Amino acid sequence: MNEILLALAGNQNSGKTTLFNCLTGSNQHVGNFPGVTVEKKEGRVLHHKDMTLVDLPGIYSLSPYTSEEVVTRDFLLEEHPRAIINIVDATNIERNLYLTLQLMELEIPMVIALNMMDEVRASGNTIHVDALQKQLGVPVVPISAGKNEGIHDLVDAVENVVQNDLRPKHFDFCTGEVHRAIHAIGHIIEDHAHHAGYPVRFAATKLVEGDEPTQQALGIHENDLHLIDHLVQDMEQALGTDREAALADMRYQYIETLCAQCVVKRGESREQLRSEKIDRVLTHKFFGIPIFIGVMFLVFFLTFEVLGAPLQSLLEAGIAALSTQTERLLTSLEVTPWLSSLILDGVFAGVGSVLSFLPIIVILFFFLSLLEDSGYMARVAFVMDKLLRKIGLSGRSFVPMLIGFGCSVPAIMSARTLSSERDRKMTILLTPFMSCSAKLPIYGMITAAFFPHHGGLVMISLYLLGILVAILSGLLLKNTVFRGNPVPFVMELPAYRLPAAKSVLLHMWEKAKDFLKKAFTIIFLASIVIWFAQSFNWNLQMVQNSGESILASIGSFISPIFTPLGFNDWRASTALITGFTAKESVVSTLSILTGAGTDAQLSLALSSIFTPLSSLSFLTFTILYMPCVAAFAAAKRELGSWRRALAGAAYQTAAAYIAALAVFQIGRFFF
Amino acid sequence: MTLDTLKPGESGTIISVGGNGALRRHLLDMGLTPKTKIHVRKVAPMGDPIELFLRSYVLTLRKEDAANIVVEKESSK
Repeated sequence: MNEILLALAGNQNSGKTTLFNCLTGSNQHVGNFPGVTVEKKEGRVLHHKDMTLVDLPGIYSLSPYTSEEVVTRDFLLEEHPRAIINIVDATNIERNLYLTLQLMELEIPMVIALNMMDEVRASGNTIHVDALQKQLGVPVVPISAGKNEGIHDLVDAVENVVQNDLRPKHFDFCTGEVHRAIHAIGHIIEDHAHHAGYPVRFAATKLVEGDEPTQQALGIHENDLHLIDHLVQDMEQALGTDREAALADMRYQYIETLCAQCVVKRGESREQLRSEKIDRVLTHKFFGIPIFIGVMFLVFFLTFEVLGAPLQSLLEAGIAALSTQTERLLTSLEVTPWLSSLILDGVFAGVGSVLSFLPIIVILFFFLSLLEDSGYMARVAFVMDKLLRKIGLSGRSFVPMLIGFGCSVPAIMSARTLSSERDRKMTILLTPFMSCSAKLPIYGMITAAFFPHHGGLVMISLYLLGILVAILSGLLLKNTVFRGNPVPFVMELPAYRLPAAKSVLLHMWEKAKDFLKKAFTIIFLASIVIWFAQSFNWNLQMVQNSGESILASIGSFISPIFTPLGFNDWRASTALITGFTAKESVVSTLSILTGAGTDAQLSLALSSIFTPLSSLSFLTFTILYMPCVAAFAAAKRELGSWRRALAGAAYQTAAAYIAALAVFQIGRFFF
Repeated sequence: MTLDTLKPGESGTIISVGGNGALRRHLLDMGLTPKTKIHVRKVAPMGDPIELFLRSYVLTLRKEDAANIVVEKESSK
């Protein structure tokens, strides 16, 4: 059977993901495009097992500026898909066709899926599909992905263009000076283009625009480059504008003429009018921010209190019961102690404690996809942008950061919706500074022992400290690692729409799968390593007292590092190591190593390890240093490389060290 | 005058798009080309960015970026 590779391309908010889900059902595979952290989804088309569809990132143009656009170009030029399905939002046809015109220049067989036709009709507007099809020379299929309408016709049309290799016929939408320049350049570079595997028309247009990747790919001689520059200069002079504006203007002019012939518009769509009304409330000058805070509060309340907590305890109870059963089984089988300890204390305790976060993550993503798919998330970015701009991010990063206060894992995973690769990396790096809920037991333990009357004050200071370090880090990163060009904050506010149940469920399932995969790979391994270090000594004998274990000796070995921070104690450093499996482990490790049975005993024991001041520097270190293994694994997955994830963890740990050092050394002057 | 100086509720026509690099190209790609009619809908609660309506869709951009766009204000009816 011959594999048929198809590409799905279109603007953001055009219903691309919904169409992708319609076409492929749940059989999807998510990965990254090579070298970048841009998500690559592919799946087999339902009832057409020979067709593989790749969902390209949502873009507005094939310009060479963002990694999403570059990835799309590279994919289309190098992977040679047999056809492109170009999804076009019919309610917003002018801007959507701008990308269409550029895609057509690639001379790849193409079908236009004219989405949201139901909305166009319901608003009393009309699009003459036949006329549009004739003018563009590309089959146009009206569909409504949200209602699953027109999907069959779309697949039929795709089959037809693939089988008959029907390439776009007309792509000469230029006139006058631009026309002259494109054709003249086309003649010069024809051979180069063929050689490099570039469509001539596409290459010529890109050269008129001054597109550097194309210039390099074609390897044009110096002389020819001069000639091209001359042609472009002539064009610029004649038009009185520059090359980029000239081409954008030309495309939009063509589209305006086309729409004047094919689109009958009585007024704005119902969805557009309704959105305007909704926005009068949701992005209101005074109510906008309180409403947002209310929405997020509700999401957190429902996730962590109402739905998540009971499910989490249920799952914990289930895991505990399973563990007990396993223990019984292991005893009856008379398994050697080390193996049963590996299974019970290593795997069950380690993976189990992380696994119990699954309900929270799934529920959180349920709400997040509701907010994203309905269009509200774009409004959040609009409302909060000013706040994040100073640290070099945009309003889009606000929600992941906020989720970080609940749990870093979904926070890092949710950064995937950010449209710029730079913002995504920076957000993933900064999110763990938002103090997650798993760190609360640590704060509770320390404040109970040292600041019983000022617990609230210490707690609030810690949260603020995390935010402060994130801000300072943002400023630092903005001016060093992420100096480059920030992607401009020019964002569409899509019309509010009811989220499609299928998309929301698929999204939840995808995140759950992602998390489970992590739990049984990287977290599984880390649990075993920590278990081993905790249960054995260097002679590989099992120890009764964990104070004699490998872990404890590593803890003692590294503890002098913490002398400047005020807590040179092997129990404290060992607890910090186990905190890597899950932050709550800091508490359990300290109570095991001090042999404390009750909270009161623990408080007493802690005062032999810390002074009030060094307990503060310990807390400072704890909230800032590298996140737990689950969050680390999520960061590795989203950043797409071990190197970047490790660099991030190293940075976070260094920041923690410096902050704790400052707390202790400055504090010494006062206490 | 420039786009950032239009007040919410006011409309104008784009004369030219200044600036350079990714931002300018992105603005052009999003349909902010000369002669395009544009309407300023509102300003975000914290005073920035602004919300625009053009080519039948809603776009938001920051005032500092809008300052690159020269517009001619439509005389109020």
